[in-house]
Amino acid sequence: MNTIINFLFSAIKFGTPLMLGTTGEIVTEKSGSLNLGIEGMMAMGAIIGYIVAARANDLFLGILCAFLFAAFGALIFAFLTVTLQANQNVTGLALTIFGVGLYKFIGQSLMVSGKYPAMKTALSNMIAEKPLPLLGDIPYVGKLLFSHSIFVYLAVLICVMFWIYLKYTKTGLKVRSLGENPAAADASGVNVNFMKYIHIIMGGGICGIGGLYLALVVNAGGWNDYWINGFGWISIALVIFASWSPMKAIFGSIIFGMFKALQIRSGDLAHEFPKVLGWLQSIPADFYQMLPFVVTALVLIISSMRKKKEGAQPAWCGVNYYREDR
Amino acid sequence: MTDNINTVREPLIRIAKRGDIKRGKAVMLYTFSVLFAIVIGGIFISFIGVNPFRFYTEVFLGCFKSRIYFFGLIRTIMPLLITSIGISFAFKMKFWNIGAEGQFIIGAVCATAVGLFLADSLSHWLLITLMFVAGAVGGGVYGLITAVFKVQFGTNETLLTLMFNYIALYIVQYLTKVDGFRVEGSRPGIKVFSANAWLDQIGGIDITIIFCIVIVFAAFVYFRFTKHGYEVMIVGESQNTARYAGMNVKKIVLRTMFLSAAIIGVAGMFQASGSATGHQLTVGITGGVGWTAIIVAWLAKLNPFGILAVSVLMGILKKGSEVANSSLGVSTAVSDILQSIILFSVLAFDFFINYRVIIKPNKFTKNIKIALNKLGKNFKRCRPISADGTEIAVNNAYTDIEAKSYSVLLEDNLTVNNDNPSETQEEEK
Repeated sequence: MNTIINFLFSAIKFGTPLMLGTTGEIVTEKSGSLNLGIEGMMAMGAIIGYIVAARANDLFLGILCAFLFAAFGALIFAFLTVTLQANQNVTGLALTIFGVGLYKFIGQSLMVSGKYPAMKTALSNMIAEKPLPLLGDIPYVGKLLFSHSIFVYLAVLICVMFWIYLKYTKTGLKVRSLGENPAAADASGVNVNFMKYIHIIMGGGICGIGGLYLALVVNAGGWNDYWINGFGWISIALVIFASWSPMKAIFGSIIFGMFKALQIRSGDLAHEFPKVLGWLQSIPADFYQMLPFVVTALVLIISSMRKKKEGAQPAWCGVNYYREDR
Repeated sequence: MTDNINTVREPLIRIAKRGDIKRGKAVMLYTFSVLFAIVIGGIFISFIGVNPFRFYTEVFLGCFKSRIYFFGLIRTIMPLLITSIGISFAFKMKFWNIGAEGQFIIGAVCATAVGLFLADSLSHWLLITLMFVAGAVGGGVYGLITAVFKVQFGTNETLLTLMFNYIALYIVQYLTKVDGFRVEGSRPGIKVFSANAWLDQIGGIDITIIFCIVIVFAAFVYFRFTKHGYEVMIVGESQNTARYAGMNVKKIVLRTMFLSAAIIGVAGMFQASGSATGHQLTVGITGGVGWTAIIVAWLAKLNPFGILAVSVLMGILKKGSEVANSSLGVSTAVSDILQSIILFSVLAFDFFINYRVIIKPNKFTKNIKIALNKLGKNFKRCRPISADGTEIAVNNAYTDIEAKSYSVLLEDNLTVNNDNPSETQEEEK
């Protein structure tokens, strides 16, 4: 039983950055922009957020800076695609290359000069995975759901908040109208460009927090070149899996977290259930690393095979809106 | 008051689509945008305490310092050029193939399989030819899989090709541990080819260079003079038009995507068998070529000769940043940053190629005019601007004949300015 709990616990742990990335991208896509720069914005948020958090020894400041710096990346995207009408695919890719390049650049420069900040105990205590009072004492469930890093609750909170925002508020309705038919939204008095800007920037910032989580919790602040390593891209694919709903994104992320968790927990699972899951051990580690991407590819294919009206991509997602084009 | 009403009716800044732009002007704008990016990059460099002028001298001239660096530069450019040409095939029909990394790897893997297992049983040229074919077919089929799903179900090809990148990466990582591919010993890695499977060299450079020249011209001819190339262009412009004209869109997409990925696969084969990696397949064989190639293809507007020029520029940036890394200690990741800043800048300047910015004359622009006038006058007379001198300078501007003519000139400029948006934009700021 403990093995299963541990496995699911890891699934939630690895699913959290996906949760944030996916929610960020959903907000962006609902407002009618397809930002392929999630990977880059996560990287930007991760490195700046980590450095600030470690230097200042303050988690909140780190989260704020991760948000702001990733939002800066999103601002570049917004300026190019909304104001300057640039191609969204290419701009997003450029943002990814820029963000990941910046992240490697800053990290490597700091490592070379020996100024890379180490995580202090006060900070690692703040993000530690410890049980919540009372709730954490419940057998099994307490360990599974209520002994996570504070980030996990924050991520779930953000998902739920944006789910309510998009689905039940008047502004949320306006946002959705931007994605479906910006001309109609424009005619009804919505400030299209302003709203697009705000939501692209907000979405980018949320992704940045996801990046910071990868830096602080998953990699525990140790520098390597692959903090993000595809999490951003999986997030973009998860948006399709979650059919543009932040609520479904929570569950989708945890499912994808499981594939990530298999990498470290497959041995335990095979030991615990040698008859049923013994075969897990005979699979090379590289295939476990490949698994999330294979599953994502399958999800992409399957979701494109069954076309439903409900939960489809916003009609104008990825298309620039230019008022004088009719 | 009337002024006010007018501004409400007609917005201050209007944007209108441009019909056509003169070639010279477009080239000027693009040159300016690259320079702009280099300036931004320089500011960035100076932030980290490195003299940007020294850095750029290192980057742009470093590759020509010695024979080794120069050969290194050629080796950097060659795979980039071939991959970019490959990508341009798919991009021409607006198929966003960003799976170049994966197709490159699979091409290299297939060529390696042939190179390792048939090395002793075939003559040199037959072996190289067979590796070439294996690379092309391997890469091509890997790309074709994504295209099949795209035409059959409308799967998002951007994300699908991207996932295939990672799958390919882990396949090659797995191969480093598989018998037959694995190098003897405890360290994971893939065997070096026997000399029979090495590419021939011309003057110290792999024969890849011949293929590079051929593929540039072939791509040019293919798009300019063949029926296939024409079909690709129509599909890219409008699939409905293509369908209406009786073209088999699915077939065209599949064929072009296969070609695109096959060319990229060939680049992988050349890279594995060539001297760049020491005649060996490695996990990091692509060196990020698949990503850079997207930038190159886009910057070159998918024109084969443009791709040649841009890949030389990007090659210099990449190799030059390695030189700068060894001499100035600047991280090599700086080349990624510079490349993406250039791309950002060109994407931004594309706007001024496609649109005109028209500023309605109003109080604010008049003030700017006066201010510029004053500035021009001060420059002309080399007079320092003093706190109390400002008022006089402005007044003088309208009494002084010389300054008046200058202001007329400015006014002329502003009215004509409508077709020179970059300037108008700056004034507005």
